[in-house]
Amino acid sequence: MYVYIIKRLAVAIPTILILVVFSFVLMYWAPGGPFNSERPLPAQVMANIEAKYGLDQPVWKQMIDYVWGVVTRFDFGPSFQYTDRTVNDVIAQGFPVTLTYGFWSAIAAVLVGVTLGIAAALKHNSWLDYIAVGITIGAQALPNFVMAPILVLIFTLWLGWLPGGGWNGGQWQYVIMPVIALSTSYMASIARITRSSMLEVMNSNFIRTARAKGLPMRRVVLRHALKPTLLPVISYLGPAVVGMITGSVVVDIAFSTGGIGQFFVNSAFNRDYSVIMGITILVGMLTITFNLLVDILYAWIDPKIRY
Amino acid sequence: MKLASGDAKLLDETAQLASIRGRSLWADARGRFLRNRAALLGLIVLVLVAIFALFGGYFAKYEPDYVDFSLMGANAYRGVPSFESGHYFGVDFDGRDLFARTVQGTGISMLVGVVGALVAVVVGTLYGATAGYIGGRVDNIMMRTVDILMSIPFMFVLILMLVIFGRSMFMLFLGIGLISWLDMSRIARGQTLSIKNKEFVEAAVATGVRPFTIILRHVVPNLLGIVIVYSTLLVPQMIIFESFISYLGLGIQEPQTSLGALINQGAEQMNNGTLWMLAFPLFFFLVTLFAFFFVGDGLRDALDPKDR
Amino acid sequence: MKMTTMLKASTAALLITSGAAWAEAHAMTGPNGEALAETQEFVYRVLDEHSSVDPGIVEDVTGSELVRDLFEGLYNDSKTGDTLEPGVALSHTVSDDGLVYTFTLREDAKWSNGDPVTAGDFVYAWRRAASPELASPYSWYMELMALENVGAVLAGDAPLEDLGVTAIDDYTLEVTLTEPLPYFPQMLTHATTFPVPQSVIEAFGDQWTRPENIVSNGAYVLSEHIPQERSVRVKNDMYWDADNTIIESVTALVINDENQALTRFLADELDRTEVPAGQFPRLSEEYPEQTVSFPRLCNYYYSFNLRDDGPEAFKDVRVRQALAMAIDRDVITDNVLAGGQPAAYTFTPAATANFEVPDVEMASMTQQERNEKAIELLAEAGYGPDNPLSFEMVYNTSDAHRSIAVAMSQMWKQTLGVEATLANQEWQTFLEARDNGDFELARGAWCGDYNEASTFLDLLQTNSGYNDAKYSNSEVDQLLAEAKTASDPNPLYEQVEQIIAEDMPVIPIYHYAGNYMMDEALIPSWPVENVQQNWYSKDLYFVADE
Repeated sequence: MYVYIIKRLAVAIPTILILVVFSFVLMYWAPGGPFNSERPLPAQVMANIEAKYGLDQPVWKQMIDYVWGVVTRFDFGPSFQYTDRTVNDVIAQGFPVTLTYGFWSAIAAVLVGVTLGIAAALKHNSWLDYIAVGITIGAQALPNFVMAPILVLIFTLWLGWLPGGGWNGGQWQYVIMPVIALSTSYMASIARITRSSMLEVMNSNFIRTARAKGLPMRRVVLRHALKPTLLPVISYLGPAVVGMITGSVVVDIAFSTGGIGQFFVNSAFNRDYSVIMGITILVGMLTITFNLLVDILYAWIDPKIRY
Repeated sequence: MKLASGDAKLLDETAQLASIRGRSLWADARGRFLRNRAALLGLIVLVLVAIFALFGGYFAKYEPDYVDFSLMGANAYRGVPSFESGHYFGVDFDGRDLFARTVQGTGISMLVGVVGALVAVVVGTLYGATAGYIGGRVDNIMMRTVDILMSIPFMFVLILMLVIFGRSMFMLFLGIGLISWLDMSRIARGQTLSIKNKEFVEAAVATGVRPFTIILRHVVPNLLGIVIVYSTLLVPQMIIFESFISYLGLGIQEPQTSLGALINQGAEQMNNGTLWMLAFPLFFFLVTLFAFFFVGDGLRDALDPKDR
Repeated sequence: MKMTTMLKASTAALLITSGAAWAEAHAMTGPNGEALAETQEFVYRVLDEHSSVDPGIVEDVTGSELVRDLFEGLYNDSKTGDTLEPGVALSHTVSDDGLVYTFTLREDAKWSNGDPVTAGDFVYAWRRAASPELASPYSWYMELMALENVGAVLAGDAPLEDLGVTAIDDYTLEVTLTEPLPYFPQMLTHATTFPVPQSVIEAFGDQWTRPENIVSNGAYVLSEHIPQERSVRVKNDMYWDADNTIIESVTALVINDENQALTRFLADELDRTEVPAGQFPRLSEEYPEQTVSFPRLCNYYYSFNLRDDGPEAFKDVRVRQALAMAIDRDVITDNVLAGGQPAAYTFTPAATANFEVPDVEMASMTQQERNEKAIELLAEAGYGPDNPLSFEMVYNTSDAHRSIAVAMSQMWKQTLGVEATLANQEWQTFLEARDNGDFELARGAWCGDYNEASTFLDLLQTNSGYNDAKYSNSEVDQLLAEAKTASDPNPLYEQVEQIIAEDMPVIPIYHYAGNYMMDEALIPSWPVENVQQNWYSKDLYFVADE
């Protein structure tokens, strides 16, 4: 197990390097630059700026300097766009926001999704099942950029219960709508996965045996069926968490929460190279970590798997 | 001699049996699928949506890019859906016939979905089958590469690519296809590993068929079931991806449109008294996705003869 | 309603110390004796995060709005925007040759830490803004001001001390220019010229603009800044005119999506937001007291690519004329934008000070006549059903630009049978393509740097860096050169407009209007006549409900 983890972490290093080189090359090709604006800058001014940020160096040198800075000092450089912030500041600012609503979204998606899925499976082919399937498919298909403004219309404008956006240090009122918008489609996916997994498990021989022995249903479900049912859900969690980080782009734009999704899109449009790189690397590391965590969790629950 | 002919006969019979069994597997699946009412309904709806996308244009009274200047912008609220004006679905914010645009958008969204899924399926299947079939060190390297690529936040990279290389259908297909072949390759590899040691593959190896031909002729056809299931589930994902890209303003170029772009434009006017701008494209979007989900589920149940 | 109080609770907490004292000392009346509302907290929406609040660096509109509140330069814009009001400077004298300006500074101006604001602070700030070390993207503004030796200083060839600005004593500032600039005092309301606190910058470096470090001399101090979410500025008690400053706190919320911002305005979370394109008529009907529209000093146009390697068709003036005429601008201004924007037949907006819009031929025709003329001209140029004209028009991605481009291309298609392909590009790609002449027809827009016609017309000079069309007419160049020294340049500007109307290097579409949803209690104090929208929170106030 430990060897496996170490191996996986060893693979992470070339992965991140590939990511760095890839994004660096993409940005080098990109038309425009962080200091282009409607008014072209005089050559002298541009030269001063490029000298200040080291953009006058050859690309390979910029890249090596960058990687060196990241590796030795964990320093992602200054933001070109927001001059009084470094990329580390930007990440320190936006990342906790994204993590907070991402965390609650994951919790909500798993709790509600699993419950709904199990309920639907246990009442297979009942009205509850049909409604659950209908709702989950609908929720999976409704784009969250449509859902977000609908939520704001209902809860802010009509009911006046929740603020229409902002973050305010993460007070609960500000977290609810982002979590709903972000978690719904994953909740639906998890419900569907749970349902079909549960159906399969309930039909398996060991459950039939358990029920034949006359164990109460509750006990059968909680003691015996739940663990194997959750296996596919757990393997889905990896991509789901990554999807939520991507989804933060929509949440940040729709609710002005100020998470990294917003920073990423704005930096891509403004060519704020260092911020793009910083966030891409961060999200890459997060993806690797989560995939690893999921695999470990999987192995822990399913004793058949040995690494 | 006799023995030989007897052998031949036996062989013949076995082959026949095998082919019957093979056919009956598919027939079985078809039977199961047709008995699944939700899946069947999904398939019918899908055909109807496809007909709408392909032939709906003939019923439109206006070209999708024709602007009625008296109904655009601030006057868009007058472009209510009506049979009299010929704007069956009303007009969009720019005074264009929403029916014609929905037809166009549905077509493009389905195209994006299908082509994206196709790219993923072709690349993923071949890659996975090759890795699985060759095995050993090559397999190890190829699958490690997939692992590495899977750790890249591709949605972010796609946004970067669209921003940087400008936007085109090609870029969109490429980007979306690039994201989605990874899962497919893993699935294909797993299946290949179990197929690899089957007699018919070994027979082919023994008769000296080249490895690549074996992959194409013998391995890939046997992956078909799982590939079909996976790709029907992939298509709606691609359509959702495209809508997300449209939301960021990186989608298809005007005057072309997609359901995602139409929904986004409709959602912007949500509180502006012109709900039809959102309702019609969203309806087709949801219906298409529903149908794909149902068909995908149905196919999985049908082709995966596990006890349900 | 409930949410609003919650939203503002955090800022209110910051105010308790400064606000309570103020409330006791002052009767609640505005400058004209109006009754004032009890809470004076201004919350507005900004589209995007500001680039910086460092006066030497700031380059965007959002940031400049903040900087004008946080810092105070030598002069301020008046409410109407056509005169100056004393800021840190009380007055100035000019030498006979117009090259030396001597400013007398007020002695009661203080930094928010209590230190006096002196001439030395200005000298330090200006040298810093021009230094290669700071590498400010706005250092070209120092060059625009024609300060002595500024070119050499920018290039690093001369020491900062050579820059043409000196402190005669603590309250006397002397500025030396290389050429007389009649509008030099007006340039001093710009953020780049504001003083900065030397001791604080030296202590904190790049991070001196953080709320915990910043020291400023304006009517407000920065109390909170969460990038991409909000920035809050509260009243500065050290400000020399703090007694007459009414707004207690100003909060800028970053909201990317204008429709979301509108919803939040309607839910009472904001006091000001922009009206999304095309929604003005509906909103002004539903909320007549909260919608405002006023002219802005900006134009909107499309440039033909007139470079040698540009499209052949556009080299024919008849084609350019025909395309310009076939656009029904009233449809664009009344339907697409629908916020009181005037249709444009000239490059310079009518709102420009002292500028009389000349009678260009196209403006006096009806659209019917224009269309007929356009068909005729295009046929003369050899384009018709057998030889259809086709080209690509590029614009940067945005809903409003899209609507206008769609309308234009359809007008050409329906009237002239011209095929215009739309191509929207993301902003940076668009800028680069336009800059490199990599386009056929490209969108352009310009907001005046100062309130005079030359800020627009200079764009059409042969050597202008912003002349996207690469239009070149020696007569225009000469007229504009003459205008620089003419006592009344406006007749010359009108002549230039006439030539442009003939040559049609660009297609003027419309001139901007500011369309806002605004708390009705705020509207009376909002400087709607200021076409450049240089507003100061210190001049704003909420009146009490009637």
